[in-house]
Amino acid sequence: MDSWIDLDALWKIVVIGLLAGAGLPALFAIGLRAVSLPGRDGGPPAAEAGGDRIIGTNPLGIAAGAVCFAVVLAGIGWGIYSVVAGA
Amino acid sequence: MNDGILVLVVVTALAFDFTNGFHDTGNAMATSIATGALPPKIAVALSGVLNFIGAFLSLSVAATIASGLVNTHVVTLTVVFAGLVGGITWNLLTWFFGIPSSSSHALIGGVIGATMAAAGTDGVKWHGVVSKVIIPAGLSPVIAVLIAAVGTYLIYRLSHGIPDRTRSHGFRIGQIGSASLVSLAHGTNDAQKTMGVITLALIANGTVDAGSQAPFWVILTCAIAISLGTYLGGWRVIRTLGKGLVEIDSPQGMAAESSSAATILLSSHFGSSLSTTHVATGSILGTGLGRKGAEVRWSVAGRMATAWLLTLPAAGLVGAGCYGIVQGIGGTPGVVVVFALLVIGSALLYLRARKTPVSHHNVNDEWDAATAPANAKEPTAA
Repeated sequence: MDSWIDLDALWKIVVIGLLAGAGLPALFAIGLRAVSLPGRDGGPPAAEAGGDRIIGTNPLGIAAGAVCFAVVLAGIGWGIYSVVAGA
Repeated sequence: MNDGILVLVVVTALAFDFTNGFHDTGNAMATSIATGALPPKIAVALSGVLNFIGAFLSLSVAATIASGLVNTHVVTLTVVFAGLVGGITWNLLTWFFGIPSSSSHALIGGVIGATMAAAGTDGVKWHGVVSKVIIPAGLSPVIAVLIAAVGTYLIYRLSHGIPDRTRSHGFRIGQIGSASLVSLAHGTNDAQKTMGVITLALIANGTVDAGSQAPFWVILTCAIAISLGTYLGGWRVIRTLGKGLVEIDSPQGMAAESSSAATILLSSHFGSSLSTTHVATGSILGTGLGRKGAEVRWSVAGRMATAWLLTLPAAGLVGAGCYGIVQGIGGTPGVVVVFALLVIGSALLYLRARKTPVSHHNVNDEWDAATAPANAKEPTAA
């Protein structure tokens, strides 16, 4: 059986694929949610702030969102690096 | 040895690379075009540039496409040529009907068919064909469906209640990023297959030593051919993928492309060569399953699956037939005749396609079975 299917590679592809292919977009969604949070001082949430504003007014939320986006970017960077470096 | 034939083989290989590009533009960009995250012309231009860059990223699988599947010592220039003609023919036919079939399978099928015509069934490494082509082809869309469905479900759960402006703006950016990654992965994965075939032809001709890396001019011309093809844009296929299979929204588009990018990059990392088309289609299907109430057009999916099953044997038959014609006429004249037939056939198909055009103007029109390019063979009253 092993000579027909590389089971070792298969489960790695499924697990890492789920982490990177589904986990990173999920993290992106969490990041979006964080940056759109309304401020604690009762400032309006992004949707009601009007104008071009699409991010909220909560500094903690914006910081948390930035961390999420940074992790997503790092994941992408790792993916490209592993292809370029992988002989 | 025979430089005249070699030139024709290289030209044919680059032509295949070109069809590979425009056949597969939709894999990366169909959903971004469908959701309006990118204007159609910008999308194909971006994808073309990234395919070009991607072609230079890695060379690790460049030669595996042929060496693991057929016995290289029976491969002659004529075999490579006939196989390429088989691959191009199938790519053009499926493009005409707007079916996203696998360019890799078309190429592999053509080369296997031509090898069998030249050396019988012994010329083919069947174990390699099953374990490296057929089993991955069956598994990869399933994995892509799974990842995309989970991703879509999570994204919709987590983004529920985010203000609309933030949500649509954010996911469009995410979609452009993930689509760019798929384009890059496509360039890395698919351009290498043509590089491998040209290198195989150079080895068969004695121009370079066996086991050589692809020369730089091969890498450069392949990168140019695939990016030009991508920029031309296979609008018929883009339309089927973006509008025909599932009605797609930005978050789904991002989920689909993340799943495709992860699956393609991981598989090339582990050395399995798989079809970017199968993965992209599976991912789009998966986002339809992961979102409550999304409509999946199973009849379109069924037609694609049928085309996938037919790809290897059909391209193989054309490849074998072309080998027969070349051998029947003999030598260089035979290759020239088949090359002329290919040019004439492609031109006729192109002219026929002009009658039911799909371009960046109407690629996003409402999906309606009567206007679907897949039904274009039935003459319409108008």
